[in-house]
Amino acid sequence: MTLLETRDLAIGYGRTQIAGGLDLSVTAGSVTCLLGPNGVGKTTLFKTLLALIPPLSGIVEIDGRSLSRLDRQSIARQIAYVPQAQIAEFPYTVIDLVVMGRTAHLGTFGGPRRADHEAAMAALDQLGIASLAARDSTRISGGQRQLALIARALAQQTRIVVMDEPTASLDLGNRIRVLDTIRVLAESGLAIVLSTHEPEHAFVVADRVAILGKDRFATGPVEAVMTSKELSRLYGVALSVEQTPSGRHVVGPA
Amino acid sequence: MRTAIILLLLAILLLAVSVIASGIGPYHISPVEVLKAVLRWPFGNGDADAIDTVLFSIRLPRVVAAGFVGAALAAAGAAYQSLFRNPLVSPDILGVSTGAGLGAVIGILLRLPVVAIQVLGFAGGLLTVMGVATLARTLRGAGDVLVLVLAGIVVGALAGATISLVKVLADPYDQLPAITFWLLGSLAGVKANDVAATVPVVLVGLAPLVLLRWRIGVLSLGDDEARALGVEVERLRIIVIAAATLITASVVAISGVIGWVGLMVPHMARLLVGPRFDRLLPAAILLGAAFMVGVDTLARSAARIEIPLGVLTAVIGGPAFVWLLARNRRKLLP
Repeated sequence: MTLLETRDLAIGYGRTQIAGGLDLSVTAGSVTCLLGPNGVGKTTLFKTLLALIPPLSGIVEIDGRSLSRLDRQSIARQIAYVPQAQIAEFPYTVIDLVVMGRTAHLGTFGGPRRADHEAAMAALDQLGIASLAARDSTRISGGQRQLALIARALAQQTRIVVMDEPTASLDLGNRIRVLDTIRVLAESGLAIVLSTHEPEHAFVVADRVAILGKDRFATGPVEAVMTSKELSRLYGVALSVEQTPSGRHVVGPA
Repeated sequence: MRTAIILLLLAILLLAVSVIASGIGPYHISPVEVLKAVLRWPFGNGDADAIDTVLFSIRLPRVVAAGFVGAALAAAGAAYQSLFRNPLVSPDILGVSTGAGLGAVIGILLRLPVVAIQVLGFAGGLLTVMGVATLARTLRGAGDVLVLVLAGIVVGALAGATISLVKVLADPYDQLPAITFWLLGSLAGVKANDVAATVPVVLVGLAPLVLLRWRIGVLSLGDDEARALGVEVERLRIIVIAAATLITASVVAISGVIGWVGLMVPHMARLLVGPRFDRLLPAAILLGAAFMVGVDTLARSAARIEIPLGVLTAVIGGPAFVWLLARNRRKLLP
């Protein structure tokens, strides 16, 4: 079932178009990996999908309804955002941060109730970080903070989750942990879109790949799109994709 | 649960400070007598004695005024801190107090009634905060701490210069002493009808902050994150700025410019109940009120002359703030 769809989408700020002609379709229970060099507009695309900035032209649809016709709260009940883990200005505890994911389900004047705290705890449990609940979110490791932000997106109880470079600046163990988590979440029925600078992650975690380069946008199943030729062109250096005897894919200089 | 207990204790503290403060002065009244008189008052037995006269026409208006001034400044400070995502902003650092002061000083110069002074103060405060935000945004993206503070200093200095100009223009025998004393902050001249004119305005300004407390807290995560979580950021920001500026300006109109409270009290409250805005706001309101009632009592009874409030809050608040920062660097300055 298609949950998120863009048709002939052009993205950018004001009158400056950054990319155009984007046709993307994301189904429930799948992981879509967005690849592209620095500065081609991956974050701009995500901001457009989340309606943080308006599209320059074209359509974004969530579950068959145009994004431009939905109010902020309805959008936030459908699509959640996991930003790059940055340290908050105020030393919120992890559970406080995750409960904020419940905002779209609260009345305008309300605060979280017991059920909201339970939903937040359940999200922490699901990611195996329930023991961090009372810790200061500005004093935990980058990997733990990233998991906490994913937990916040889960507490938001949306069907689509957009993650901006969820594995950036994480050590190897945390990277694997986050990728495993993403896979598990997709299997539970969520539609996940994530961006990454590690093409190999796409082979590990994604069902489909979208590549966004200068003047080029392509999307399709991982193995069909992630060819040596396509990646070389995308990043502007000669790259080769090889498969090891154990079946893993390795991307490196040709 | 823990928050509820702390809030209850703060409410008791506020009540106790208010009762004791009402008894202190040249005519001493014991706390028990104060309570008796207040409880008797609704049934008004007609023959007001000396205690009633002192209490209801002099002491209580001033205590109530001090409470609302402290609550308003602390609430505005907490709201600005969440809004600008910065634990170091406050009405005085953003120049709102000075801007509101300028509006009010012009009102005094023109011999306008309290309500008109409040309106002018609100206009001055609002113009200042909009000027600061616009300047900060033009110089470098909003949310930059340093630029915001610098813009506040610049706009505050402009407002301060204009205040000096008003002082030059004012009648040196009649208006100038009033303006000077008022710029230092004082509740000496507060009368019951001033309080009656201010309290409803403060309540109207506090109401949206209290009702929207959860969303204001989410706003502190930054615009994009708050939007993605379902908050209408632009609309909320306008409401918060208008409400916080309204309460700052309305109390500046009766108390004059009082610094430090809006910066220091939210920090003290944060140490008690943590950074979550929905818990912080009620704690800051209660603590701000208790603090101001205490300080004002000191101002009118510690020496034979009335000590200006702004002087006292600076003398108490400055060192206390430095001590707070030094003791809790990690908790207050992430």
